[in-house]
Order: sequence, then structure tokens, then C-alpha cells
Amino acid sequence: MTGLTLFSGAHVIDPANGIDAKLDVLVDGPVIANVAAGIAADDARVVDATGLLLLPGFVDLHAHLREPGFEQKGTIETETAAALRGGFTTICAMPNTDPAPDDASTVEALKGRIGRDAHVRVFPIGCITRERAGLSLAELSELADAGCVAFSDDGHPVTSPRLFRNALAISRSLGIPISEHSDDPALSAGGVAHEGRVSERLGLRGYPAAAEINAVARNIELAEATGARLHLAHLSCARSVALVADARARGLNITSEVTPSHLFLTEDAIAGPGREPAYDTNARINPPLRTEEDRKALLAGINDGTIDAIATDHAPHATEDKLCEFDHAAPGISCFETAAATILTLIDRGELDPAAAWAALTINPVRAFGLQHRVPGLGTLSVGAPADLVLLASSEAWTVDPARFVSRGRNTPLGGITLTGHVRAVMASGKLWEMGANDD
Amino acid sequence: MASAATRFPQPGPAPIVETSWTAKDLLDTDTLSLAEINLILDQAGAMKDVRQRQGKLATLRGVAVVTLFYEQSTRTRASFEMAAKLLGADVVNLTASGSSVEKGETLIDTVRTLEAIGADLLVIRHGSSGAPYLAARNTSAGVINAGDGAHAHPTQALLDAFTLRENLGDLKGRRVAIVGDVLHSRVARSNIWALTALGCSVILCGPATLIPRTLEDGTEEGRYMVTDSIEEALDGADAVMALRMQRERQESGLIPSLRAYVRDYQVNSARLALARPGAIVMHPGPMNEGIEIAQDVAHGITSTIEEQVANGVAVRMAILYHMALARQRR
Repeated sequence: MTGLTLFSGAHVIDPANGIDAKLDVLVDGPVIANVAAGIAADDARVVDATGLLLLPGFVDLHAHLREPGFEQKGTIETETAAALRGGFTTICAMPNTDPAPDDASTVEALKGRIGRDAHVRVFPIGCITRERAGLSLAELSELADAGCVAFSDDGHPVTSPRLFRNALAISRSLGIPISEHSDDPALSAGGVAHEGRVSERLGLRGYPAAAEINAVARNIELAEATGARLHLAHLSCARSVALVADARARGLNITSEVTPSHLFLTEDAIAGPGREPAYDTNARINPPLRTEEDRKALLAGINDGTIDAIATDHAPHATEDKLCEFDHAAPGISCFETAAATILTLIDRGELDPAAAWAALTINPVRAFGLQHRVPGLGTLSVGAPADLVLLASSEAWTVDPARFVSRGRNTPLGGITLTGHVRAVMASGKLWEMGANDD
Repeated sequence: MASAATRFPQPGPAPIVETSWTAKDLLDTDTLSLAEINLILDQAGAMKDVRQRQGKLATLRGVAVVTLFYEQSTRTRASFEMAAKLLGADVVNLTASGSSVEKGETLIDTVRTLEAIGADLLVIRHGSSGAPYLAARNTSAGVINAGDGAHAHPTQALLDAFTLRENLGDLKGRRVAIVGDVLHSRVARSNIWALTALGCSVILCGPATLIPRTLEDGTEEGRYMVTDSIEEALDGADAVMALRMQRERQESGLIPSLRAYVRDYQVNSARLALARPGAIVMHPGPMNEGIEIAQDVAHGITSTIEEQVANGVAVRMAILYHMALARQRR
């Protein structure tokens, strides 16, 4: 047996190379060897991919692996296994761990754990501020040298505009983007649900859209003033999309992301479909699920390219973190294992443009964080690119059962919901994992 | 009330009486049918009569009622306890300071423990909206929501409806103005659903920062509306309900001052003159006399504020009675 694998007869989509056709893909060990029609490779292991979509493995700019510090919620091992199952072969790990990676030694320790346990490629994101406390800057140059692909304080926005401006200026000189959770806590503090129809009906403290919109506006202004590479994490509001479009029209290099959850769900997920309000803690997320109008604007943002990336914000939690009063529930959704199916369902419904959606899961996030400079060909099926790819059965319907998640986090509002499309197999760095037909 | 009186049980062990109440829990008024609301109101009338004639009953002997209060309360808890004791039930009162999470025991563990101890009905007050729903999903005991966060207070709404009906008769087409911090009021919310089901028009009124913005275009048969004008709200009202103004609303900048609130939104005699002659004045308590309601109005001839408290016992007797029977039938 050689190290050759031939995927035959797949519907190959490679947004970076403009490929969308029925082709074969030949993999040689850890790299892509050829993408063409009718490849002959007698000594290759052949995987019949007829009827399946074949794409570059998905790239996630925003994931929470919980290790070190919160292993009851998830570990590098469990959550990268979940990523793999979801078709994600490269993920960027947010720094809300304990300790938080705010200097070289914490990043080196993290990289050691990743090297030992991770099933997919993991890039660390370093802190903007020491212990993510928002008071003084982290060791940014050390973090850059240690391999951090971006800086972020994750769910803690840098509230001081002065400190944030300083961080942007330094990040620019280091050539590292800043991924910012845009939020003004002066407006959102205490909020647990989008301020609007559902929060008012259910008596939940509101988290107004303006808290995000104001912060997006501030962050764009400071990025422009410093010339830094700003990436806006998980946009949730229509107005945020409009601000990004405006900034890009002015020539600013602002990138942004949206989660599958915000593309698929609205504030109504909290109340649930029944006569009696569900107060579904699994639908509690930061920023909150918003209105249908916002959701439509986010979809349009992906479809017209204003929003670059679809990022999961995968946030596993232990059962007891969610099995409690809504006010006390930890925000976040375990997203890896439903993300691809959510996107396929939105494509199936005609809400997402497939070309835009696939780019937002592959080449766009790579470019947003400059990952092509770290791993040439990442997010593409170019010859010589890493053999990271995902095979999707796009019309296979299945019902989400969180009990069967690989992730330690079973926290999803999609439990019991039927989605269209399934991850059938994943190849990560040349290693093939077959998920088999879904048995639901 | 004849039909209600015939439904009323005789003293002694709880008889199995056919009723139309089947729900395990009472969490809000929004899921109650008109028939269920009328059943409770009719039953409460009968309870009030019998209580005056006979005093304490033994109808719910052997039924264990646990009140579980995560927030302070005087009238609601005392009212439930009195109601349960007047029906002969055993009552256990538990208070918990702070949230169940902060205490270390989860709400789910607590209700399961109480069920294992033998609780038939749990009366829960909690500072977090939705908490009684979580409790109800995790116990076979009947759960009565005695107020959850800013969400619902169904027994208050039912006692308000009972008081309105006693004073005004048929409520169809009646105008009820609710004035104050509607946004944070569980009383206001539950009253909307109960009173509109009974055919009332409900006008919600308060400072712009304390009224819901998205209920304005609520289309639940178009029978409630939201306004920041107290004159508009009270114009032609058959009943005016003032809500408690929390001091912390001033501290968090939602109103300029209590003085400004009094100036713009206090229910006083001059404003009450806009209402129908003889319009009744209500308040769920506890009152800040001189703040949301003028003293002379609070104690005026058309005030039903003390009546509401007394009626609360009868309404809660009716609720406990029907829920205990429903549980026995399950």
C-alpha cells in the first residue's frame, strides 16, 4: 500500500481555486496531489465519493476548547474530536482558559497539550490584555513569536478605547490581527437575551443591539486610526453588518465572522415552539440570538461577501451549567457537530448562497487570519496543500441528538431538530476518518 | 354563583369531585382558557362564602403544600399559607436567600428533594424569570408560580380579576389602566393575559423607560395598549391599578427622581377624576403611599386594596383546591 488515496466521482468545491465540478481528488500522504477528472491511480486506496460534496476541511476562527482550566466542560482531546466530526480540520482556540495564554510560557504549555492531544490543527489565539482583565496589555510580541495567530480577550471586550487603540497599534507592527468581541457592557451588563419582543414577553433582562453596534463603530474607527487588522467576532446585528460594509467601501481591511447559530436561529429559540415558554438555556449565547430581520441581514452579509467567515463559537458547557435558571445559565452553544448541517440546511432552503457559504468556511477565514502564510495552501485543494478535506452528504436528513455528541458539551438548542445534510468523512493531515451513513 | 356553590366540597377528607381543571401546574395566566379562569373565580367566590360561614375546612387534609420562596414576600406567602391551612392542608414554608445556584443546591435538586419528602404542591417564588417552569418540568408535584422575576404572577392576576368582577360585574368591555413600572412588573404581565381573556381592555402606562416597547403592537385581539400618557390611560377607565415604584429605578437612571415620578405618574385624585365616576383603585402591594399612589386615593371610598388582599386568600384556596384534586386524579 502506498500513501495514495483517490476520492473518485465527488462534487468537488474549492472556492479558492474556483472549482465547482465533478472531479477526482488524489491525496499523497499528508498533501493534495491532484484534482482532475478521471485520475488513474492503480495503487491508490479508492474512496467512492459519488454523490458527495468534497471540500477543503473547514477552518474555524473562533472555538473554545476549555483546556486548561475547565476540563469538566471539554478538553483539547474531546473538542478537537468534535471538530473533526463536524468537518473542521483547522481551528483557532480562544484564550478564555485558566491560565489564559497571555505570555510565551502559557502558550508553550498550551502548544504542548495540543501537540499531544489534538485531532485537528489548532492555532492558539493569545490574549490582548493580561489575564483578559482589560487593564494592561499582555506580552503581545512574545505571543506573536510563540505562534499565536490573533489576539483576543474573547468574551471580555476591551472597554477602554485608549487601551484598545494601543493594542491595535502594537498588533499592526506585529502583523497579527485582533479579533474583538464588540460589546459595550455599559449597555449590555446584566442582559441575558436580546432586548426586544421575547425578552419583554418573558421578563428577561435585555441585551440591546446598540451595545454591539456602538462597539463595532468604535472598533472600526480605532482600526482606521491605527491601520491595524481588525477582525470582528460573531456579529449579530443588521446594523453591524451595515457598518462593516461601509468600512470596507472606504477601503478598510476589516474582516468579520458570524456563527451558524445566529444564521439559523432567532430570539424565538429561547421561548421555544410551545404554548408555554421554554426558557431554553441552550439558546442563551453571547451576543444573544436576535431578530429575524437581523438574521436575514447576517445571511445577506455572507451572501454578498460583507462578512468573511462563518465561525462556530463552539462553546461546550457541563450539563449543570445549563440545567438551571435562565439568568444563571452559562452562555454558549456546542456547535461543531451541527455547524455543517446547519449551513447545508440553510443552503437547501435557499437562504445561503452555496459558493459564499463554502468560501466562508474555508479560504476566507484562512485569509482573515493570514493562515496561508503559516501553512501554505490551507483552506484550498491546491496541489501541495495539506490533505485536509471534508465529504458531505448534502441531502441526508437527520435529527440532532445531543446525547450522541462527541463533544463534552451537549448544550445545543437544536436537539430534536431535523437538519438536511451530514458530514460523511473527514481527512485531516492525510488521515481519513469515516463517519459512516447517519443511522438516525 | 349557584353552580360554583354546588361544586364546593363538604368538610372532611378531600372528595373526588369532577372539575374541569386538569393542568398539573399554574405558571402563568397566558395558557389558561376562559373556562379555567372562570372556574377559579367561581370557586373563589364559593370559598369566600364558605369561609365566612364555616371557617376552617378539612378538604385538603393530608395534602402537603410547600412554599419555596427565593425572594422576600409578606402577603403572597402568608396568603398561600393561610389558604392552605384554611383547607386543612399541611404547610411547610421554606425560604432561600439568593439564588439556588449561589447556595450550591440547584433548583432542580431542591424540588426533587421536596417531592421525595412528600410535597404535593409547590408554591414557588423566584427572582429569575422562568424558574418555576424549570421546577415544574422536573417534578411530578404541582407547581404554582408565586412570582418569577419580571415575568408572571398568575395568582395575583386572578385575585385582581376576582376583585374586579366582584366590584364591576361582567368584565366584558371594561377598561383597566395599569400605571407604573410595567416593564419590570410580573403583576402587569399576568394581568394582561387574564383580563383580556375576560374581555377587558388593558391600558399599560408608565414612563418611557419603564414600559415595554414591543408589546405596543401586540395583537392579542388588540385589547391592550401601551402609553406614556397617564391622562390617556385613565380616560374613561373602570379601574386603575398602580404598581409599586422601586427605589432602585431612580438609582439606575430609569427615572430622574421619585419626585419626577410623582409629578408625572402618581395616581392622585385629580387624575382619577378622568376615569369613570366610581372607578375602583387597585394596588398589588406593598404600597409606597405618596409615591405611585396618593394617600387619599389609596384609602378612598373606591379603593379595593385591602379587599384584594382578602380576596387573595379565597382565590388561592380555589387554586390549591383544584390543583390538589387534579393531582389526586393523576
